[in-house]
Amino acid sequence: METHYKILLVDDDPDLLEVFRDTLAMLPSKPEVHTAPSGARAMAMLEADSYRLLISDLKMPKMDGLQLLSVVRRKFPELRTVALTALADEHFRSRVYSLGVDLYWHKPGSEQEMTQFLECMESLLGREYDESGFRGVQSKSLMDLVQLECISQSSTVLRITNGPFVGRIWVNQGEVVDSETEELRGEDAFMKILRWKAGNFEFLPDEPHRPRTIFKSYNALLLESAQASDERSNADTSHNRVANAPAQNGVPRSSGLTEIVNTDCVEFAMKTVAETMVDSRGLENPEYIAGWMRQSLERFHALGETLQAGGLQQITGIGPQRNVAVAQKGGANLCVGWKNTLDATEVRDRMKKLLTLWAS
Amino acid sequence: MGFLTSFFKRAKPLLQLHSGSFSMDRGGCILATTLPTSFPQSLVLEIGRCVMETFRAGQTAQLPLNELVIHYPGLKITAREMRGGAIVFLSAPNLSTPTQQTSQVL
Repeated sequence: METHYKILLVDDDPDLLEVFRDTLAMLPSKPEVHTAPSGARAMAMLEADSYRLLISDLKMPKMDGLQLLSVVRRKFPELRTVALTALADEHFRSRVYSLGVDLYWHKPGSEQEMTQFLECMESLLGREYDESGFRGVQSKSLMDLVQLECISQSSTVLRITNGPFVGRIWVNQGEVVDSETEELRGEDAFMKILRWKAGNFEFLPDEPHRPRTIFKSYNALLLESAQASDERSNADTSHNRVANAPAQNGVPRSSGLTEIVNTDCVEFAMKTVAETMVDSRGLENPEYIAGWMRQSLERFHALGETLQAGGLQQITGIGPQRNVAVAQKGGANLCVGWKNTLDATEVRDRMKKLLTLWAS
Repeated sequence: MGFLTSFFKRAKPLLQLHSGSFSMDRGGCILATTLPTSFPQSLVLEIGRCVMETFRAGQTAQLPLNELVIHYPGLKITAREMRGGAIVFLSAPNLSTPTQQTSQVL
């Protein structure tokens, strides 16, 4: 049976919506084109129905296109997204791509541009989505990318972003010569980057004079990385068996909190799922803070919906005794207590990094 | 070409979404606000209520706080506790305010 994909077109200009709806409906794949006059209406439609492609204007009242795309990328990661704008600005283009949007497109101004636009939309509609992989020109695993560059004897700098983390891998004439991320460099950095499960990548111009710190062949590096990945996967399986087993007092033990509480400046850590406290470290009376966290999350989730500001990302609290940050990841709530020497921005940045590591 | 001109839109000024501040006393009454009048007062009261309840719940949970920052994709709320009341700052990122992430990308 023939599949008719659905496209959602968002713009506050009704004339433009009408023109694009009619034009897109004539694509060879005969998509169903739906329209929304605002970001809020688009969100409601996305919640109610399954769409293949979202095309959004950037300048809109109340919820602008960047806000909409930012929320959509988080809530509907499988949805293909296109920012359509009359703004010819490199800065906006970078911001749109940094959100993980598939395409930033200037509103077509000629027949030729319109044809190109329609061809791209047809291509996006047909492209299959793979949840894992690093998104850039196309979805590939990081191992595939490194292998492709090395096999083709390329010279380039591969820049990878994973949430707040940025890594670089230098490839010179088909050999991995250097890598760095955070404070790590060389082989350690390479192995750490290859542990990331998803993110964005881009190719930067090669740096032929980059000092070499990695001397192993790319095959050996990739093999070691694959072995390490297998070992971690086996360890996770046994860890989950322990975590899912009933424990004393009805509270299952262990959830990666030990690693968190050993992080610099962390005083305590607590994980809850729904209304059940799963685990905590460094707290004498965790149930009090668990209650505060649950109420605060409910309160600010509801407020975010009322304000149409998107999903709650993080709550940071600064206090005279200790600071605290609360966030959600993968269905679990994480509350981390931080030393009160950190300011709100430092707490937020450190919490973001902790969440990324926790998810990995 | 008349057909194609409809693709272009007249440039509109960028909308500042709910940026401003307000202060609230311990009884939940708004004392002063710099928010635009178009921003509904019910929402201002709701924001104030949420932050003040969170401050109070923190005291009860032995987690005294004097500042709260709540991050949404489209809004950042910063609230400071003031003798049982609060001063609240709202800042909405929009097209004209670059984010930290953008500067890293650029």
